[in-house]
Amino acid sequence: MIESTGFGLLSLTIFAPFIGALILMFMPEKDVKNIRYAALAFSVVSFVLSLLVLSRFQAGTYHFQMIELVKWIPSLGLNYKVGVDGVSIWLIVLTTFLMVISTIFSFYVDKRVKQYMIFMLMLETAMLGVFLSLDMILFYTFFEASLVPMYFLINIWGGARRQYAAAKFFIYTFAGSIFMLIGIITMHQIYARATGGAGTFDFIAIQSQVASGQFWAKAMQAQPLIFWSFAIAFMVKCPMFPFHTWLPDAHVEAPTAGSVILAGVLLKMGTYGFLRFCLPLFPDAVKTQLIWIMGLAVFGIIYGAIVAAVQPDVKKLVAYSSVAHMGFVIIGIFSLTHEGMMGGAMQQLNHGISTGALFLMIGLLYERRHTRMFKDFGGLKAQMPIYSMLFLIVMLSSVGLPSLNGFVGEFLAMFGLYQASAAGMFGLNIGFPVVAGFGVVLAAVYLLVMFQKVFYGKNENPDNQRLKDIKPWEIAICGVLVLFIFWGGFFPNTFLKPMERSLGAVRQMVLNDEGSRPSYADITMDVNADGALVKVAPREFNGKLQDFQEVSIISPANFYFPAKKPASVQAKLENPHPSSLRSQTLSLGEREIGAAR
Amino acid sequence: MDKVNDLYNMTPPGIDWMIIMPVLVACVTGLVAFLWMSLQKERDTTPMVLTTLVGMAVSAYTAFAQINFSNASTFANMAMRDSMSSILQFSLAVICFIVVLFSDAYLKQKQIAFREFYPLTVWATAGAMIMVSTQNLLMMFIGLEVLSISLYVMAGMSRYEQKSEESAMKYFLLGAFASAFFLYGIAFIYGATGSTNLDQIAVAYATGNREMLGLLVFGTILMLIGLSFKAAFVPFHQWTPDVYQGAPTNVTAFMAAASKVAAIGALFRVLIAAAPLQSYWMPAMFWIAILTMTIPNLLALVQKDVKRVLGFSSIANAGYVLVAILAAVKSGSNNYATVCIYLVGYSLMTLGSFAVISLTAKQGKEGTSFEDLNGLWKRSPLAAGTLVIFLASLIGIPPTGGFFGKLLIFQDAVGAHLTPLAIVLAVNSVISVYYYLRIALAAMVVDDEGEKTVSAPMTPGLQSACIICATGVIAMLFLISPLQSVLHR
Repeated sequence: MIESTGFGLLSLTIFAPFIGALILMFMPEKDVKNIRYAALAFSVVSFVLSLLVLSRFQAGTYHFQMIELVKWIPSLGLNYKVGVDGVSIWLIVLTTFLMVISTIFSFYVDKRVKQYMIFMLMLETAMLGVFLSLDMILFYTFFEASLVPMYFLINIWGGARRQYAAAKFFIYTFAGSIFMLIGIITMHQIYARATGGAGTFDFIAIQSQVASGQFWAKAMQAQPLIFWSFAIAFMVKCPMFPFHTWLPDAHVEAPTAGSVILAGVLLKMGTYGFLRFCLPLFPDAVKTQLIWIMGLAVFGIIYGAIVAAVQPDVKKLVAYSSVAHMGFVIIGIFSLTHEGMMGGAMQQLNHGISTGALFLMIGLLYERRHTRMFKDFGGLKAQMPIYSMLFLIVMLSSVGLPSLNGFVGEFLAMFGLYQASAAGMFGLNIGFPVVAGFGVVLAAVYLLVMFQKVFYGKNENPDNQRLKDIKPWEIAICGVLVLFIFWGGFFPNTFLKPMERSLGAVRQMVLNDEGSRPSYADITMDVNADGALVKVAPREFNGKLQDFQEVSIISPANFYFPAKKPASVQAKLENPHPSSLRSQTLSLGEREIGAAR
Repeated sequence: MDKVNDLYNMTPPGIDWMIIMPVLVACVTGLVAFLWMSLQKERDTTPMVLTTLVGMAVSAYTAFAQINFSNASTFANMAMRDSMSSILQFSLAVICFIVVLFSDAYLKQKQIAFREFYPLTVWATAGAMIMVSTQNLLMMFIGLEVLSISLYVMAGMSRYEQKSEESAMKYFLLGAFASAFFLYGIAFIYGATGSTNLDQIAVAYATGNREMLGLLVFGTILMLIGLSFKAAFVPFHQWTPDVYQGAPTNVTAFMAAASKVAAIGALFRVLIAAAPLQSYWMPAMFWIAILTMTIPNLLALVQKDVKRVLGFSSIANAGYVLVAILAAVKSGSNNYATVCIYLVGYSLMTLGSFAVISLTAKQGKEGTSFEDLNGLWKRSPLAAGTLVIFLASLIGIPPTGGFFGKLLIFQDAVGAHLTPLAIVLAVNSVISVYYYLRIALAAMVVDDEGEKTVSAPMTPGLQSACIICATGVIAMLFLISPLQSVLHR
């Protein structure tokens, strides 16, 4: 039934850095220069491999692609299974890209370079594994495995209170996720009970049972509990209020590259987890529990912003701004509207780039001045014009200025939340977007004040008067990030299009009733360009999915404002095909179409 | 009278030597090593070390070769073989092998002139092997005594060190008590059922008349108390930290691994046989499991000595295995796989950690506080690196053996409707993170201030011990599947 496909491109992408780490272990410790270049080479290799994945990626379907499966522990239903879809594709590229950037920046590190680079490369493997795993235990494996290298990165190369911060980071995340493990195991048992066969940890198999409604049929009361066991793990990782307190400590104490990775990628594991597991697997629990998550996210936006505004330390300010910005990702995702989810997913990438860039630039300053306190700075604009210009762009992207990437994500997420609230879905009311909207304003307040304190005013500190502008290679690194900031602002479709179908499918997995939910296992369904779930003509799956021919519509795209019917829907309605699924479809949209006829 | 006649008329059964071969090889190895020691005048220990290594390797092989053999028993059911006995005998032989590997350097550095250590370790291993490969309570007792008496001597072998003597004395007194409990329990069971064989006792448990119930329950409780002492379940654990701290590190490693494996293996067999009476003992063992997981983890948080912390950690781990045992018995699957796999993983990671700790011995002194580990990464990166792997495994970070052990335990516990135990186990995993991280921190993360601490250089024996353990811990990734297929009967 399950055939092993062997290892392929995705596995190579995941394990290329790990192979690099193994090779680095056998290099002489004194040979610092070669160690640095070797580490850089391996992170570039995996960046190139991830671009290769991107080039082979088909945006026209929501299904997982390039699936690789190797048997691991068959008696447990545990396999090595990886695959990529629209939710994960950009996170892969973001990870490898930020790793290249932070590896270059890590050339500043001159203490125990070999170990440092080994930990960085191992961390990269763990992060890529998280985003690509399609087996829940495999996912958990990578999720936990990422803790160890990050723990040591903070603990050995961090600032003054690094031991406290690292231990806090480790314990918080571990405590959050160990209960997810129990949740995963319970789902394994539920699966066995629902199908009457052996259990499995295969995400696709479990999701298809959820989609058909069999999975939760006998275990409905367990659903909220298991949902929270997952949700808390991801809330800690995101981090959301009230589980966020590890983040400022970890950020402030971590070395610069560690902060970049932490903000850029590790936090995305939480939001990715929501998108990948929480939404598709717990459709009923999501609808009832959503209000709590939304409330915490909105509160986190305001709370993060207010606390950020009073920080004396630039890095701590950005750390708290992360709490606020990740709140926007959450409200986008949990608005369960097309726009909101696209915005949330986009905001993940934006936050990775712009907050990553902020940490990087603060790191540049810290390398020169060994302080990050506002009181030590002022008037740097005249001293370091290029630096301050780049910093301004990055900072404005974080604020969400139109034409920069931050605007697209935040706007879409807010719009989604507004739509859901205006429709009164899931107990939401208009208060949620109104309060969250203040968060946007507050972001402008604390970030602009920060910029003002650091770059304007009088340059009175003699230490600052000796500062020179940043070096060309540093300008290059920051320039690349700024390029992506503009790219995301002007051409957001580059990023949105590949994610669109998968996000649409995830949304319908939550909103539709049993039987008309998209299933990752069923390739006779797909999402079309309008975002509607359609039944498609039989097609081949051999490594690549063929483009599909629509046969009939299972459920149309927009649930909140179904005013305008896309032309394709109309055409299908006039010429309906016999469809087995059609007859049992009970979704809201379908009923309306039926009424329209 | 009929019984006596049967005994007289019985033809002597054929003896299957293969079944007792691992034990036999271990005993003979011990004798050879002992003779060598008596004949040899000079202080060179190399021949003895080599003898014991070869002997234990052969013993391990003979156990391993029988993994796929069918269940059988010999010597009138005194010794038996099933998948659990083969796997546990194999791992016991490997434990002894690894302990001997790193003991030589340690004993020299610590200046313990006690060459009897080698034969004693091997005999202790033989006793442990007997314990896990019999269904007969008296054989179990004999195995227990062979194991314990050797350990009493070994714990006190650092004769000029007061804490070693204290450790031996404590261990001896409490161990003797425990043995007495165990024996007394056997007597009651024998009185009630007329047998010392667990298979027959199980039948008597299930079908026995109600009048004997009092004797049976009382006997079972005494036996469980005796074995709980040996396996160091809370509240019978008080001896553990002191003994572990006081005994020489290599002996502590052996105690933490081998004697725990043996005691838990024997306990598992007793509980399987006692399954019909579980309404009596299950609530007690349920709470013992909770206490055994929680109390040592809390106590370990405030310790200052690494050996003591690892002692508490071994108690907690015994609690985790107890959860697996209870789940196996409660669900009626009597599934050996989880318990055995966890024990194998546990012994590797514990042995490995103690092997690394033994590095702190130098010129007759040994410091095992956290500060003494400082700067280990610089002095011996291999030791520090493998220590991190062992600690990650003890925490339960995937993809190490410890994680898969815990995964299986969680799964069994949830499947057997013992979810509260699974949750307590999860909470304890979180608590344990703190003190395991402290050890990792001491070894990996101290900068210049700790680097003046000196320690002995790593010998090839210690290096190979670390590498074997680390490889084993990681290789559990691939070994789970074959092990499970062997152990699922």
